[in-house]
Amino acid sequence: MDAQSLTYLFVGLSFALYIGIAIWSRVGSTREFYVAGAGVHPVLNGMATAADWMSAASFISMAGLIAFLGYDGSVYLMGWTGGYVLLALLLAPYLRKYGKFTVPEFIGDRYYSDAARLVAVLCLIFISFTYVAGQMRGVGIVFSRFLEVDIDLGVLIGMAIVFMYAVLGGMKGITYTQVAQFCVLIFAYTVPAIFISLLVTGNPVPQLGLGAEVLDGSGLTVLEKLDSSLIELGFTAYTDGTKSTIDVFAITAALMVGTAGLPHVIVRFFTVPKASDARISAGWALVFIAILYTTAPAVGAFARLNFIDEVNEAEYTATPDWFKNWEELGLIAWRDKNGDGKVQYRAGSPFEGAPTFEDDSRGTHGERLLTNAESAGENEVYVDRDIMVLANPEIAKLPDWVIALVAAGGLAAALSTAAGLLLVISTAVSHDLLKKTWMKDISDRQELRAARIAAALAIVVAGYLGINPPGFVAQVVAFAFGLAAASLFPAILMGIFSTRMNKEGAIAGMLSGLLFTFGYIVYFKFIAPEANVAANWLFGISPEGIGMVGMFVNFGVAFIVDRFTPRPPESVQYLVEDIRVPMGVGGAHDH
Amino acid sequence: MNSETRDSRSPEEVARMRSYWRANLHLLGKLLVVWFVVSFVAGILLEDWLNGFTVLGFKLGFWFAQQGSIFTFVVLIFVYASRMKKLDRAFGVED
Repeated sequence: MDAQSLTYLFVGLSFALYIGIAIWSRVGSTREFYVAGAGVHPVLNGMATAADWMSAASFISMAGLIAFLGYDGSVYLMGWTGGYVLLALLLAPYLRKYGKFTVPEFIGDRYYSDAARLVAVLCLIFISFTYVAGQMRGVGIVFSRFLEVDIDLGVLIGMAIVFMYAVLGGMKGITYTQVAQFCVLIFAYTVPAIFISLLVTGNPVPQLGLGAEVLDGSGLTVLEKLDSSLIELGFTAYTDGTKSTIDVFAITAALMVGTAGLPHVIVRFFTVPKASDARISAGWALVFIAILYTTAPAVGAFARLNFIDEVNEAEYTATPDWFKNWEELGLIAWRDKNGDGKVQYRAGSPFEGAPTFEDDSRGTHGERLLTNAESAGENEVYVDRDIMVLANPEIAKLPDWVIALVAAGGLAAALSTAAGLLLVISTAVSHDLLKKTWMKDISDRQELRAARIAAALAIVVAGYLGINPPGFVAQVVAFAFGLAAASLFPAILMGIFSTRMNKEGAIAGMLSGLLFTFGYIVYFKFIAPEANVAANWLFGISPEGIGMVGMFVNFGVAFIVDRFTPRPPESVQYLVEDIRVPMGVGGAHDH
Repeated sequence: MNSETRDSRSPEEVARMRSYWRANLHLLGKLLVVWFVVSFVAGILLEDWLNGFTVLGFKLGFWFAQQGSIFTFVVLIFVYASRMKKLDRAFGVED
């Protein structure tokens, strides 16, 4: 079978599995729909959390990002894993002990205030929608590259699949499909990584391969060879960064704290039976995440090395097929600036902006012609960072079934994250807005129906955003973390660790953290993008890292306001003391 | 969330819960110091200096930033979970 039929087969089989799970896991109560009846085994919840967490961006983009950023890419590796330590130690067990369904519900009850709950719902919906649009887009990209269907049709197919298991099975359906999706995606990620590590270094463990010697007789290790080739081509060394230390520090902190404050991650820990299970389950989640996150830097380094080896100084006509395939899709572009027919890969941009191609016209070597204005410098190649993981099996000439597997894995990563996000959005609507605020007397059955309708509507909106991505989505996804760090995380943390924090303090803190962070990002990204340089930044911190400052603003404002306003009622102090102790958690049921 | 049960607790029991919480905070604090040191200190603030050392083919600062910190995070959570399990049992507050 060729790669195309194998891809159809793998993707078809994985989809059949997800739909089978959806039918098996239909639910009949809101408790099952929202938190899977709190009966999920901690290890399985760890897998589901890993799939929930690792999005199309982790699967498709992260290794490519690290390949091109080198040391600077570490902010994502540390930032997106270190947050689990905060989650396990500071939030998850106490929120599980509290034993309700949603994050805004905790904030509303702990701060005895509908206003606090509404602010939390607002933060949650904003964070989750920016995030989910990217997932749907990821589904469309994988479909169009590997199955040669239209991106829009790909998004529609993805919507149909998520609809099946999210609307029928709620959290229970999502949990068990996420477990299956984790297995698909981690297999799809590690198999090509092992192959490539063997090819480049002879060591089958990519994590060790990254430190091993390259099999080209040079006696250099992977990182030494990368450092020296990149410096030769005019780049910074791979193991050195270009970002300032304070910016790396702030971005890492904002990503860590933001991760711990993301609602779709937090609610996964509401599904385990006990508070102590929430602790151990966060450990398992990080084990499963670390498998991918420690493989990614190796994949990135190997890919960059292979890319330089195969492309730099090669005759365009002799470049490998993958180079021309991705050029057809517009994700690679080449302009023969010095007219020698060879591809020169150097530091700097080859031309102004993203490539725009002249329709159907070809250059003297058969390359696609560009309308962009040339940039100074010798670099002739444009590469979209996102293609690294998808192109890797082809770059390393791996068998067809591995390529098919990567397509199924990318889809699993995107679908599992989309489903988790859609669930928290629908829950916020049916539970926090309807049941707790506007229609307090609806029955459990009515609330369940509302949850299903909300989930269906959220899927339609997410699909629409996937088909017509607003230009700002790609820019904003990274900022979901900053906003979570500056709004939800401090409110939840103070709700657990302070018995004294009152509603005035918490609301003022959330709003000021959110507005500060939002304002800073909007100013540098949309109002005055030309001013977005280190010299203008507050303390030299980029918009990506400003969530850390936003978090301190939140804490500071909350404490000051708290000192000048009345103490919370006594019942709240009992509540806080109660959630600090694991004993007496609500019952679970078996699946 | 259930204020009735709390009201019926004796002062000794309240004191016991307070010392359970203090023990938890103490453990938390120690583990978070490690969390901070492997990532922010070794991987970022002292990265350049640690890069002067090579371990298993890696410059040490770079290794902490891209692998070492992640492995340590995993260990930290499991240490916390098992220590807390013991603490829960010692104070009779298991769930």
